[in-house]
Amino acid sequence: MATLSEAVNAAQPDSKPHDLSPSQLAWRKLRQNRAAMFGLVLFGLLLAYIIGGSFVFPEEYANHTDLNIRLQPPSAAHPFGTDPIGRDIMARTIYGGQISLAIGVASVAIALIVGVLVGAFAGYYSGKTDSILMRFTEAVLNIPTLFLLIIAAKYAGDKIQNFNLFGREFSGSLIVIILIIGFTSWMYLARIVRSEFLSLKEREYVTAARALGVKNSRIIFRHVLPNTTAPIIVAATLGIATAILSEAYISFLGLGVRAPTATWGNMLEDATRYIESAPHIWFFPGLMILITVLAINFLGDGLRDALDPRTLAK
Amino acid sequence: MGRYIIRRLLQAIPLLFLISIIVFVLIMNMGDPLVSFAGRNGQVKGKDRERLIRQLGLDQPLYMQYIVWLIGNDWMKIDVNGDGTPDTPGERRGVLRGDLGTSVVTKQPVLKMIGDRLPNTLLLMFTAEIVIIVFALLLGILSAVGQYSWYDNLFTGLSFVGFSMPVPLLALGLIYIFGVYLKRAGLPYFPTVGMFEPSVGKTPEQVLWHMALPIATLSIISIAAYSRFIRSNMLEVSSQDYMRTARSKGLSERLILFKHALKNAALPIVTLIGLDLGFLLAGALVTETIFSWPGMGRLFYDHAVKSDLPVLMGILMLISVSVVFFQIVTDVTYTFLDPRIRYH
Repeated sequence: MATLSEAVNAAQPDSKPHDLSPSQLAWRKLRQNRAAMFGLVLFGLLLAYIIGGSFVFPEEYANHTDLNIRLQPPSAAHPFGTDPIGRDIMARTIYGGQISLAIGVASVAIALIVGVLVGAFAGYYSGKTDSILMRFTEAVLNIPTLFLLIIAAKYAGDKIQNFNLFGREFSGSLIVIILIIGFTSWMYLARIVRSEFLSLKEREYVTAARALGVKNSRIIFRHVLPNTTAPIIVAATLGIATAILSEAYISFLGLGVRAPTATWGNMLEDATRYIESAPHIWFFPGLMILITVLAINFLGDGLRDALDPRTLAK
Repeated sequence: MGRYIIRRLLQAIPLLFLISIIVFVLIMNMGDPLVSFAGRNGQVKGKDRERLIRQLGLDQPLYMQYIVWLIGNDWMKIDVNGDGTPDTPGERRGVLRGDLGTSVVTKQPVLKMIGDRLPNTLLLMFTAEIVIIVFALLLGILSAVGQYSWYDNLFTGLSFVGFSMPVPLLALGLIYIFGVYLKRAGLPYFPTVGMFEPSVGKTPEQVLWHMALPIATLSIISIAAYSRFIRSNMLEVSSQDYMRTARSKGLSERLILFKHALKNAALPIVTLIGLDLGFLLAGALVTETIFSWPGMGRLFYDHAVKSDLPVLMGILMLISVSVVFFQIVTDVTYTFLDPRIRYH
């Protein structure tokens, strides 16, 4: 027996693709992508773990040291075991995860601002502005990123004091790491945005805007930039994964975020000394990084397919 | 073609200058190199410190230090004793004349220090690159031929895990399984530290044995990324018209695959490899650090911690030169492989 709602549904068949906005189309394509959905679910679980977990364990517990229980293997009381100064590793992966993700997002935000500005100005104005900006971009791209990060981390090192936010104390090196990862990862974004601008600025609507006397800055940010969002979203999503890995490497090398703030990266710092005696101290933070980066990569890959205008109409 | 190469080489010069200036400004501000000058015997203080600063030219303005780094100071006199009159002749010849300076920590010429480490890095990285290319081609082609088959899906899943893998987790995991676990089980196990057993000496077998785990670490991550790239290139090529023509001519699948598809798909792969080759000199900093492999990456890290500025400058410039050089080589190779591209 057909219910009323079924009858209504039958009367209004699914809206045709051409009725949908580009973002609705993209969402529809993304939903069909099994890998992307897997990434999204994985990422959701991860967020639930690092946010929900902080209601179970207070931050004092994550930073509480007890030398009587150093390097204990996983047990019922400490599911991921304890670290070299007796802190609970599970609680630290929760608080460390918040910081690692925050570093990923914040440094990508910086890279986005720098990359979009450099790329947009280079692509839109072309000529001399373009060659100066792109030479600079190329120069920075030719320096291996990790080497650049090490120099920058040493350079900025302890220049920022510890600070309090939302009643929690954070190491000043957190800001330093966000800034240096941001300022060493804008180059690809700049190149992508530039190439988009180079082709888009020849379109009729830009010529029309110019003929109407619209200011250059308004054309750049209101007319052209919104048309480049698809590749920017993809690059930024994948950029978060790269930033989390960068943080892990620089902290692993001992130049990253310092105590009291935990990150997945600096939890790995002592790992090489305990490869044999306490594998749990590097396995769990390492696994968290792997899961996060994997989820973001799946999602980013799916977004690339979903936002590709060549396949959008299907 | 000759003119194109010459033009590219000329364009590389200002680029390298720009890189050297960016790196120089950053490095010169990164820390006090004199902290580690005296080694473990304590710090250099007072008059000695001032004298050293003048001798190393650290009292000079930054642009002057850069000029000295670039062209040396043997053409001028420096005021080492601080009495206001320059009297001691400089001894540095500058980068442009092949003098990368002297390490503040080891007091050795930077060029010699790099020269000692370079073969180790190249041995590790070139071997890894060969392993990467062979396996990535194999997996990439297999995946493309059997698109959406169970093994294609398996490789796809594994490759995502592979290139999402943080190096420390992979390296430590391999050490734990193949170094620690096998040893505990009483089986033959892989060495995890250094290039050779000091008691046995640096024999080829020893080095090969010690290379296994670092190379596995380096390869697994890159194979994952490369094989995806090769797969998608093969698939893109296989939908081209000339592939249909080849099939309709009745050519064997094997011939179509290797002669037509792979040859055309090889082009972007060559670019990828070419651009990576330049960075081979950089070694693999994290991997070398974990396995105590005496390469360039580790040299850089060890001396970055001590703010040994000349060594850092030397390593970064060498890498930049190699990156720029391989970019040009890649572009030139491109024209040979693809007759459709003509540079003017």
